Amino acid sequence: MPERLLALVLVFAPLSLVSLGGGPSIFAEMQRQSVEVHGWLSDAQFVDLFAISRAAPGPGSLIAALVGWQAAGLAGALVAALALYVPSSLLLLAIGHWWRRGDSPLRRVIERGLAPIAVGLIFAGVVTLLQADGAGWREVATLLLCTMALLREASPYLVMLLVALVYAGLQSGGMIGA
Amino acid sequence: MAGSDRPQATIGAILGVFLRLGMASFGGGLPGWMHREVVRKRQWMSEESFLAGIALGQVLPGPNSVNLALYIGQQLRGWPGAAAAFAGILGPPFLFILLLALLYAWGAGFGGMGVVLGGVAAAGLANSNVVGIRTARRMRGIGPWAVAGGTFLAVGILRWPMIPVVLALAPVSIGLAWVQGRRDA
Repeated sequence: MPERLLALVLVFAPLSLVSLGGGPSIFAEMQRQSVEVHGWLSDAQFVDLFAISRAAPGPGSLIAALVGWQAAGLAGALVAALALYVPSSLLLLAIGHWWRRGDSPLRRVIERGLAPIAVGLIFAGVVTLLQADGAGWREVATLLLCTMALLREASPYLVMLLVALVYAGLQSGGMIGA
Repeated sequence: MAGSDRPQATIGAILGVFLRLGMASFGGGLPGWMHREVVRKRQWMSEESFLAGIALGQVLPGPNSVNLALYIGQQLRGWPGAAAAFAGILGPPFLFILLLALLYAWGAGFGGMGVVLGGVAAAGLANSNVVGIRTARRMRGIGPWAVAGGTFLAVGILRWPMIPVVLALAPVSIGLAWVQGRRDA
C-alpha cells in the first residue's frame, strides 16, 4: 500500500505543475498513467469516474481523487488530491507577490505563449476520453450538441441533467442497450 | 491587500465564504460567484486586485477556481487565509465526489448505469470543448495554431507522454509570442 501511495504522488505531483487551465489539459495523461502504465483501473472505469467527477461540484481534475480511491482507498484519494493541488498552489502563492506589481510585458508574453499549448492539450483530452469510452455516433452527437448549447451560455449543470434524463429515458424505453 | 477603508476579513469568514462557494461550483462559472461574494457583497478586495488574480490563476498551472481562491485568501490574510480558502473551495467537493463514487460502486450492479454515465461523460467533455474553443478564438497568426496542432497530435493522437511534450513546446511557443509581440509593437 505505501508503494501505491508513493506511485500516486509520483504520477500526480508532476501533473500538478503542467495542468494549464486545470483538468481538461491533463485528462489524456491521467488516463495514460492510471490505465495503461499502472493498471489501477480499466478504460471503462476511467470513463465512469470522469462522468462522476463532472456530475460533482468542484474542479474536473478532482477525478484524481477518484483514481486514488480506486488505487488505494480513502488514503489514496486524499494523497492523489493533495499531490495534484499542493504543488501548483505553492507555485501560485510564491509568484503571487511578484505578479501583483502590475501588467508586465513578460507576463503577457508568457500568457500568450501558453495558451496554444493549453488548447492542444484540451482537445487531446477530449479525443482520449472519447476513445477510452468506445464512443459511438450517439456520444459524438451528444458531445457536439452539448458543446453548441454551452457556447450559447446554457447552464452546464442543466445540460448534463438533461442528457442523463434523455439517456435514462431511452434506455428504460429499450431504445439503447446496456 | 485589504485597504484601511475595507472591512477586515477574518479567517473564519474566509473559510465560511469559500465552503459555500465550494458547494456551489457545479460546472464552472465560479469566478463570477467569487466576484459577487468577495468584491461586490463584502468589499474585501478591489476590482483591479481581483482581475489580477484571475489572470494569474489562468496562466499558472492548477484549476482556475482553486488558484483564484488561493490568491484571494493570500491577499486578504496571508498563508492562513490561503489555507482557509483552499480547504473551503476543495473540501466539500472532495467529500461529495467520494460519496458519488460510493453510490456508483453500489449501483454498478444494476447495469445500464454505464450507458447513462457514457452520455453524461460525453456531455462533460463538451465543457472541455468550450474552454478549448474560447481560448483558440483568441489565437492570432499561424504560429499559435501550429503549436496547438502539434500539441494535440503528439499527446492526443500519437499518445506521447505529455510532460516532455509541454517542456519542449512551451519555450518555442513563448518565444513565438515574444517575436509576435515585438512585431505588433
